[in-house]
Formats: sequence, C-alpha cells, structure tokens
Amino acid sequence: MSGAAWAKLLGILTILQAVLWARPVAAQTDPSGKWTPRFDEDWEERIPGPEIGDYLGLPINGAARLRADSWDATLIELPENQCRAHASDYGWRGPSVLHIWQEVDRATQKVIAYHTHLSAYGAEQTIWMDGRPHPPDYAAHTWAGFSTGEWDGNTLVITTTHLKENWIRRNGIPRSDLATARVHVMRHGDYLTVAVIVYDPVYLTEPFIRTTDFVYAPQQQMAPWPCEVVDEVDRPAGQVPSHMIGANPFLDEFPANYGIPPEAARGGADTMYPEYKLKMADMKVLPRPQKKVTNR
Amino acid sequence: MIYRSWGRRRLLGILPAALSVAWVCAPSHARAQQNPPSTPDYSKAEVHILPVQGNIYMLVGAGGNITVQAGNDGVLLVDTGVAQMSDKVLAAVRSISEKPIRYIINTHVHPDHTGGNEAIAKAGSTIAGGNVVGDIGASAGNQAAVIAFQTVLDRMSAPTGQQAPTPEHAWPTETYTTPMRKMFFDNEGIEIIHIPAAHTDGDSMVFFRRSDVISTGDIFVTNRYPIIDLERGGNIQGVIAGLNRIIEIAIPADEQEGGTLVIPGHGRLCDIADVVFYQEMVTIIRDRVEDMIKKGMTLEQVKEAKPTRDYDPRYGATSGIWTTEMFVEAVYKSLASKP
Repeated sequence: MSGAAWAKLLGILTILQAVLWARPVAAQTDPSGKWTPRFDEDWEERIPGPEIGDYLGLPINGAARLRADSWDATLIELPENQCRAHASDYGWRGPSVLHIWQEVDRATQKVIAYHTHLSAYGAEQTIWMDGRPHPPDYAAHTWAGFSTGEWDGNTLVITTTHLKENWIRRNGIPRSDLATARVHVMRHGDYLTVAVIVYDPVYLTEPFIRTTDFVYAPQQQMAPWPCEVVDEVDRPAGQVPSHMIGANPFLDEFPANYGIPPEAARGGADTMYPEYKLKMADMKVLPRPQKKVTNR
Repeated sequence: MIYRSWGRRRLLGILPAALSVAWVCAPSHARAQQNPPSTPDYSKAEVHILPVQGNIYMLVGAGGNITVQAGNDGVLLVDTGVAQMSDKVLAAVRSISEKPIRYIINTHVHPDHTGGNEAIAKAGSTIAGGNVVGDIGASAGNQAAVIAFQTVLDRMSAPTGQQAPTPEHAWPTETYTTPMRKMFFDNEGIEIIHIPAAHTDGDSMVFFRRSDVISTGDIFVTNRYPIIDLERGGNIQGVIAGLNRIIEIAIPADEQEGGTLVIPGHGRLCDIADVVFYQEMVTIIRDRVEDMIKKGMTLEQVKEAKPTRDYDPRYGATSGIWTTEMFVEAVYKSLASKP
C-alpha cells in the first residue's frame, strides 16, 4: 500500500474513531437537568401525608407494624428530629424539585458520577459511575447512603447501601439501616420515572417497589432550604413520645374513613396484589363516620 | 485524681472482698464475654483502620472498637480490644503513627475493651516528671498511662494477698472519681466523662473537642441492645442518661447528620442521628417495661409480652452473649429495683 493510501486509511480510521468515541453511551437517556414532580401521583400520601394506620400495600412484617402502631407524630417535633432529611430512597417522594447533573473527568470525558439535589432539606446524593466499591460495613451511614450506578440499556440502575434508618411511609412505617435500595431511573423524553426498590431484611418480607414521576422543567429555580431547630413543644429533654403497645387510639380512623376492612389496613405482602381484593370481600368494615376524622 | 501505687495499696486494703472476686462472679453474659462459646477466631481476624476526622481513627476487629488519637505529642488510645489481638492492634497503630503511645483510656472494665492494656501499655511510655513521678520514680515512664474511672481499677485488681482477676500491668495507673476529667493532648482538649451506673458502674465516654469526635464505649453500640451489666452496677436509666449526654454534646452539620462523629463501643461509625434512633429505641422499651411494671406485671409476664418485638429483627438475639431475654430482664430489674 502506498504512503498516500496509508494516510487516507489512517484519516478514515481517525474520523471513525472520533465519531464513535464522541457518541455518548445512551445519550438519549441522560437524566441530567431540572425536573419537577407530578403530585397527582399518590397525592394523598405525599402531600397531606399518609393517614395513621394506613399500611395498605406495604410488604411489612409484624415488627414494622408494631413500630408504626407505636409511632407518635409528635416525635418529629423533637429538636433532634426537626431538620432530619429524608433518606435518598424516600427523598424522591418529597415536595421537591430535582436537579441532576453529571460530573465528568476532564481528561477522559467519561462520566464519573451523577449528582442529585432535591429542594427538600437540600438533600444531595452522589451516584458513582466509575466502578468504585462500596465502603466496608463499619463505615458511616448517611441519609444519601453510598450509591453506585450502571446503565442497563436506557435505564440508569443505582444501588445504594449505607443508608441511615428512615421510613417507608411517613406514618411510622420504618425502613432499617440494613436495607439496600435499587433505583431505576428512566427518561422518556420530557418525563422521568424513578422506580425505587427497597430490600430490607429487618422490616420487609418482600421487596417494596414504588415509582415517582417528574417532568422536565429547565426554567425552574432551586430554592434554598435552611432549617433551624426551634422549641416547638416544652417537654423534658430525653422524653420520647410513643404509644404503648395496643394503646394507639387513632388506628381505626383510616379504615373507618374509607370503608376499608381494618384487617386490610394492617398491610403485609398479600395486600400488594390484585387478588387480595377477593379476600377483602369477606372482611368486615367499620361503620363510616359522618365526617371524615383524621389525626395525621 | 492521680492514682499511684501507694494509693492503690491503701485503697485496695479497704475494698470489700466481694469486689475482688467480682470478675469470677460475673453474670452469665459477662462470663460469656470472657470466654464466649462463639469466640471469634482471632488468629484469622484483622484490624481495620477507618480515618474518622481530625486526629482520630477507629480500629475495628479487635473486640470492642478502639479509638486512636495521633498527633505531635504522641498516640492516645481509647480502649485496647481483646488481649489476643494486641500485636495486630499495635501494628495498626504503628501504621498510623510512629510516635510513642502515651495514654490509654478505658471506657469500662470488660476484657473486650481492656484485654490489650498490658501489651499495649508496655509498648508505650508516659511522659514522666514533676508530679507524674511521685513515689514511683523513673519507672513511671516505662509504660503508657492507663486512665479509667476508679471502679474499673477496683474490678480489675484485688486486695493485697488475693488473686487479682487481671495482671497488674493491665490495671489503670490513673483513676478519677469526679463527673469529668479533662486533659490536653495532641493540640486538643479531651473530656473524659463519667456516666454513672450505665453499662457498668465505671463507664467513661471520651470527647475529643477539636476533632469533634465522641468515643462512647458500650453505652452506645449499633449491633445489639445495650448490655446492662447489673452485677457490675449497670442500669438502663444510666444507659439512657449516657445516650442523652451524647445527644447533648453532639452538634450535627446539615440535615441533622455529620458534624460531631460518634465511635460506638461496637459496630459502625455514627453521628447524632444514629444515636437518636438508638436512644429512641431504648427509651421506648424502657417506657413500655415501666408501664408494665406499674400495671403489676411480673418479670415473666413482661417477657411474655415481648416489649421489644418491633426492634428484635434489628437488635435482638436468641443466643450469644446478650440475648433479647437477658436485655428485657435487665431493664425490668433496673426499674423494679429503683428506690
């Protein structure tokens, strides 16, 4: 082959290489940008907040149920709980606008990480894309946890460990600090679906799956979220509000208000599946109150 | 109180004989700690080093967690792990700093926290002189000083003429009896805080003020319910008081996390939020048992009612050195015996 031919071939290869290398992996799915949540999805649970005793559709065990039965909402008033963030597996559910951006290595132009910022509590999460290992089990746990990500086709799959304890439903249903979350982030044009799968060996009998949707909103502003602890209730230091076992007076409100059998409101893996409705047909319901009562 | 050998002899002479055999008469869980049926094979165990913040490192894998403070003045350890791991602990310390080990602070008496005292103290040296020589003479500098609450020494030693449960070189060389002892080392103030009648009757927590780290001993652990060593003066109310004290001292950064970091007696590195979850759990269980006692329930009835069952999948155990049943019993007895 002549020198000119070599040069021509080299030129073609160089152009081909540049084209191929410049093509980002699954660029059409890049979730970067600003997103606003769709609250019409699960509005009741997310914004007014779940009702006391509503455990429907949660694959919880008896321990989780008792913790929620004992949970007193005034726990959130304690100074040490007022500024507590949602953990990253729950944070997507909050009243938050979302910002996602890439961290790119300058030399290789590879994505090292995705970062997320949620307006609620200013919570941030880093999702490492560079294959680094998760820390040892004696390392600290955080609200964000330690997250690594990888692409599965057009889906960004995030695995999060080292989470602090948090809740699955904001009425006291707990998620332990031994849980792992697997989050699937799927972009469809201007829509973003985030499916969170929680595996908790402490409080769940099956993985719990929940989706949250966002709409692309490049014009939105991210407000700061300062949080200062104030004395909301005058109570002795160290006092922890809770209901004694079997003494929570509010547990029947939810099933009575909605005509749901109290047994079904107690949750459990069965209540996740459509065939549970057949079982409900034989269950007794409480008389509905004249006016809806809720102490959530 | 600077406690030296003349004082030790004098004090030990008046100690009740019962204290000298306390170790032998330890409750079953504590005996199990000394010789547990499921003792880890320490010949294969490794010591892991976790940088915490400031001057502080956490050593994991040698029994109880060990806190290392390293700086220009030398090395200070909080606890020394089990005796079998001393060589590995020393190797880990040496990989952090070549400076001499000057101080060991024992958070309490149990051998998974004091077992390495003898070997590790011998590997160090006290800065001797002035009133730190006293009647001992130059030999005061032959080992690192070992600081603990007075009752730790009482329980590790024995009256003259009796067999002590631990070798003399493992004993604390400096004890205190006040609510707090302060010292300054490696360019930071250190508070050694006594929590009365908690995990034992000799508990100390150590607060490194500049590094902003609290080393808690077994008042706070992340892998089980708190052990309450009733026969060594422990009490659930003291454990809760200790947890509340940690929360009082710790200042979080953003989102109620970070800021002051907390090294538990066992388990992973923590911050205030982790301590709050644990304090809430222990307090709720205490309140439940207290409520049951007020209703006239016996210990057996309380055990039957399973007041811990919502926390058992996380902290409970049906075998080993500290079962759920032992915890409930200790909570009950702590509360039932109050004046």
